[in-house]
Amino acid sequence: MIQANELRKHYQMGTETVHALDGVSFRIDKGEFVAITGSSGSGKSTLMNILGCLDVPTQGEYILNGKNVSSMNKRELARIRNREIGFVFQNFSLLPRMSAWENVELPLLYAGNQEAQDLAKSALEKVGLGERINHEPKQLSGGQCQRVAIARAIVHNPSIILADEPTGNLDSKTSDEIMQIFKDLNLSGRTIILVTHEGDIAIQCKRVIQVKDGKILKDYLNN
Amino acid sequence: MLFWTIVKVSLKSLLANKLRSFLAILGIILGVASVIAMVSIVNGATLSITERIKQMGTNLLIIRPGQGMQRGVASSSNVQTLTLNDASNILNKVKYIKNMAPIVNGNAQAKYMNRNTYATVVGTTLAYFEVRNFQLDEGRLFFQSEINNNAKVAILGSAILEKLFGKGPFLEETIKIKGSNFKVIGSLKTKGDMANMDEQIIIPLTTGMKQVFGITYLRGLDIQVETEEKIDEVEEEITTLLKKLHRIKPEDEPDFSIRNQKEQLENLQATTQTFTLLLGGIAAISLLVGGIGIMNIMLVTVTERTREIGIRKAIGAADQDILQQFLIEASIISGLGGVFGILVGIGISIGIESIFPTFSTKVEYSSIVISFVFSAMVGIFFGYYPAQKASALNPIDALRYE
Ligand SMILES: Nc1ncnc2c1ncn2[C@@H]1O[C@H](COP(=O)(O)OP(=O)(O)O)[C@@H](O)[C@H]1O
Ligand SMILES: [Mg+2]
Repeated sequence: MIQANELRKHYQMGTETVHALDGVSFRIDKGEFVAITGSSGSGKSTLMNILGCLDVPTQGEYILNGKNVSSMNKRELARIRNREIGFVFQNFSLLPRMSAWENVELPLLYAGNQEAQDLAKSALEKVGLGERINHEPKQLSGGQCQRVAIARAIVHNPSIILADEPTGNLDSKTSDEIMQIFKDLNLSGRTIILVTHEGDIAIQCKRVIQVKDGKILKDYLNN
Repeated sequence: MLFWTIVKVSLKSLLANKLRSFLAILGIILGVASVIAMVSIVNGATLSITERIKQMGTNLLIIRPGQGMQRGVASSSNVQTLTLNDASNILNKVKYIKNMAPIVNGNAQAKYMNRNTYATVVGTTLAYFEVRNFQLDEGRLFFQSEINNNAKVAILGSAILEKLFGKGPFLEETIKIKGSNFKVIGSLKTKGDMANMDEQIIIPLTTGMKQVFGITYLRGLDIQVETEEKIDEVEEEITTLLKKLHRIKPEDEPDFSIRNQKEQLENLQATTQTFTLLLGGIAAISLLVGGIGIMNIMLVTVTERTREIGIRKAIGAADQDILQQFLIEASIISGLGGVFGILVGIGISIGIESIFPTFSTKVEYSSIVISFVFSAMVGIFFGYYPAQKASALNPIDALRYE
């Protein structure tokens, strides 16, 4: 389902070239639950952004559901982000001044989906926020915001959910609740890839890919 | 994304920043309102001047002996070239003449009891009332027999009536004009125009020629042409005919002048058109400034909302969606500005009319349409650059923006 071949991402900083990704290859199949770990600055977010079609690699090939994403134009990439990927950010990235409901609706509106309201409501119920659909982000706690963000990521029923440090801004109890949602989603068949630098989050995932200096250091299964 | 959803989203973000949106809208309101108000003032002035010119009579050709008309004051009083023979020749040989009034006139003192005043005494025929569009107020017009028999009867303009009789009875009273007695048989309705038309005393032509002024020639011929289209043609024919009668070569200057009312109106129109363009142009510049205001605010908005744009792109908004959203926001600003500008503009022109009663204004529908369309275009034009800038942002750069 995901095939990464020799992905590289270079940033030119003055005379120096930063190799944020330095030749990364792996394959992730449908239904997997993968943690990408590594210390700060190791290239996790860079990798995640490429997998989420938010960024393009300098070199290498990324194949998603049989399609070569590396050769797509902006419009096609927007469509992939809209239909096939759900992305959860560390800082929630909800739109201010819009209710939870409207935030979750948004991907469907961009897709021209006529049932946006109903689908958004049931997605919010799925993450346990059925009662607070009319609240704006500033009226919600961090954990609740992240639930809204997850609802937004799953509302269009994507094949893959990507999450970059989804628990990074949350306390440990809330983190556990959020992890539980991801586990449930994985149990219902969705592929989940999340970035974390916390060992006790990584250990809850089925597979761990450890990154260091833009390269894969280890790739192993938890049992 | 569905169009109405984008409109909703745009409205929401405009409402989220009420003061700023209002200021942007205000710029357009002022622009549109000033276009409409300015044009309505020029328009109203044109109309009231046109009205006054038309009050002098419609489809009018005014013939005077001599060349003095151009210098304003008629120096024609001692020129003896225009005669009753000319008048009957014109009437017989030129087509499309509806009415013709031969005129002898001059200033004279009029007296009633111990009151007296200076008046323009006009000796003429019944046609004069039609040609000059005079309405009888009280009494009667001349009988034909009175004109034939140089009867000493007079019809008073409203200003003269007021001066000689005040509010008192006047019909069948006797007044003195240049020392001889005249019977007042009627009065005219007020015209209230600029040419002192209300300060006339009208007497039969023959009486005027023989008794009052003692002349055998005419001081003028007022002609009403059947239709407006024929005025120029009739003027030309009369010129040719009079030159022939006066033995003047066609290429030489005539010994008479003809004032063409249509020409006057056309000159007026040309002048006011210039004014409309000038004032409308100045107002249009303020509309343009309003447009720059929109651009300014949209640019700030784009910078401020970079993260929002990033988020929208991350969840699947295409460049097109973002472009549309920002364009629609700009259009809403200019559209609302346009609508309120029209209302304010109409309000201003009504207000001017009620504060200054001598001023008349008329809102031109075309100025409403033009300024609205122009303001919408200004919004889209000046909104496009910021919108384009927003839509071209890279999702990841936009998301990282602090
Ligand atoms: N836009 C950028 N410009 C320059 N360098 C960048 C940029 N983004 C990331 N980097 C660099 O690439 C490396 C990997 O960054 P990142 O993927 O964010 O690491 P992680 O998410 O693992 O902390 C870091 O050294 C970082 O400084
Ligand atoms: Mg990171």
